[in-house]
Amino acid sequence: MSDHESTYVPKTGIEKWFDSRLPIIRFGADYMSLPTPKNLNYWWTFGGILALCLVIQIATGVILAMHYVPNTELAFASVERIMRDVNGGDLIRYTHANGASMFFIAVYLHMLRGLYYGSYKAPREMIWIIGCVIFFLMIATAFLGYVLPWGQMSFWGAEVITNLIGAVPVVGEPILIWLRGGPAIDNATLNRFFSLHYLLPFVIAGCVVLHLWALHHAGQNNPVGILIPKDRQKKDTVPFHPYFTVKDGFAIILFLIMFAWFVFFMPNALGHADNYIPANALQTPAHIVPEWYMLPFYAILRAIPDKFGGVVAMFAAIGVLFVLPWLDTSKVRSMRYRPTMRTFFIIFVLVGMGLGWCGAQLPDAQVVPGMPSFTLFDGQLNSYLWLTRLLTAYYFLFFLVLMPLVGLRETPRPIPATISEPVLPTVDDPLGAGSSEQKG
Amino acid sequence: MAADQGDPNHQDPNRRDFIHIAAGAAAVGAGAMAAWPLINSMNPAADTLALSTIEFDLTKVQEGQQVVIKWQGKPVFVRYRTPAEIEQARSVSMGALKDPQSDAERVKDGHQQYLVVIGSCTHLGCVPTFGSGDFGGWFCPCHGSHYDTSGRIRKGPAPINLVVPTYEYVSDTRVKIG
Repeated sequence: MSDHESTYVPKTGIEKWFDSRLPIIRFGADYMSLPTPKNLNYWWTFGGILALCLVIQIATGVILAMHYVPNTELAFASVERIMRDVNGGDLIRYTHANGASMFFIAVYLHMLRGLYYGSYKAPREMIWIIGCVIFFLMIATAFLGYVLPWGQMSFWGAEVITNLIGAVPVVGEPILIWLRGGPAIDNATLNRFFSLHYLLPFVIAGCVVLHLWALHHAGQNNPVGILIPKDRQKKDTVPFHPYFTVKDGFAIILFLIMFAWFVFFMPNALGHADNYIPANALQTPAHIVPEWYMLPFYAILRAIPDKFGGVVAMFAAIGVLFVLPWLDTSKVRSMRYRPTMRTFFIIFVLVGMGLGWCGAQLPDAQVVPGMPSFTLFDGQLNSYLWLTRLLTAYYFLFFLVLMPLVGLRETPRPIPATISEPVLPTVDDPLGAGSSEQKG
Repeated sequence: MAADQGDPNHQDPNRRDFIHIAAGAAAVGAGAMAAWPLINSMNPAADTLALSTIEFDLTKVQEGQQVVIKWQGKPVFVRYRTPAEIEQARSVSMGALKDPQSDAERVKDGHQQYLVVIGSCTHLGCVPTFGSGDFGGWFCPCHGSHYDTSGRIRKGPAPINLVVPTYEYVSDTRVKIG
């Protein structure tokens, strides 16, 4: 935390030499001894998991770039060559492709953790905002990377997503041509997408440094959501190592088991068969769907009947996250003590998954097969179009109405004075300092 | 103020501020000028712009048939319409159209059987397919836009009609697109 005193004492000559020139060993040692709230649960392990995901993506990506050719004539074949001829190439590519999905699973859980425990509230707004920047960069990077194999889904995904920018009035069209480097998606587009796909992960890494800096300056949140008072620092925190290196390590092992399960046993389960067909500028696949992690936002895009309106709604769905610290009026951080908000939160999670489901369906398809309904404005009521609209409405309602309103009107449950109290109420009297040591 | 000029310890705040602002503005201006060639290099290159026109022989298309050609990386539909399709396109009242345009405005005089449109849905650029949809024309599978036999948007999220590219008849059976 911010007032964490360095306890590192250089012992060997080399350590002393470094410590007076570049105190990098001290930096690492201080990091390992950071006082960490002792009540962090497994939802707090996703930070470490995400760091690992970024390392895996960069490591596999750098290797893949050695074999990949960013040219419309050669890209598809070069990816097939990676799969068939490059030593271990299939494993590296499947790790990279599934790694993107794993990255998003972890980031969504990490964000929902922050949402549930109020980790975005003062004094942690900057941690949250930088996190939102990282999330946005992740979406951009994933999209750019998905275009590179130059399959049908790559091509038409690029077509649809770049066209979103063309929806902007007046400046949309020139920006679109500039972005693509020509009147249509072509070689110029593929080349720059490759360049940017290589660049952005390092921008993400830079943002991760800022994210951690802000985190260690403001101090970690915890499941109880209260700030740990100075006089409780010793009792309510434990050093990061070994307590949380071990806890994070265990979570990472479980996560890697799931990761490996996908890579080795179902490497294409999260992909689309159509992306194994080379790109064809003259034929669109019958059913275009983005990767699963973009589906909720894709559903929001399609829910709005107006082209530009849909684009605005989709970006607003991410943009609203940036101002969340100021939309939430509650003084209480953790939803453990906010039963009303917790119910709305659970509905929000289900709505998010529902939007993901809707994003993969045809808008005109019936939600309940065979059930007769009537036409409301521009579509059947019993269609994914209207279900998507309903869920989209809740998504925005949750942030723009429930967050400010519930905070003002709810009655939160009593908040414990210390993070020890909910677990050890009798032993750990908040005023009787030292009592637990005597008994324990 | 004038009396202070002789004092070596005196620092005129206005003059110092001006130097800061001027230096800052010059740095920003120089940065923008250095960035512009980099940004501009991402605009279409000369060889990309050179591929701007193609010619097409209309005798390759039979009545009731559509040929898709590639122009500037985009599909162009050349459709030889049947009299029934033309009749269908011309009998629509303007009030029923989202982007009102008569069929005559979308074809060349005396060649109303040939409809030439860019085959990119004006919503998000997918290629619509002919023969499905509610209006006898094209249907876009991506987000469900319906176009009629004149390529005009009739239903769905697309904002405007399928775009008619700039083209001319170089002879009775040849068109130059672009």
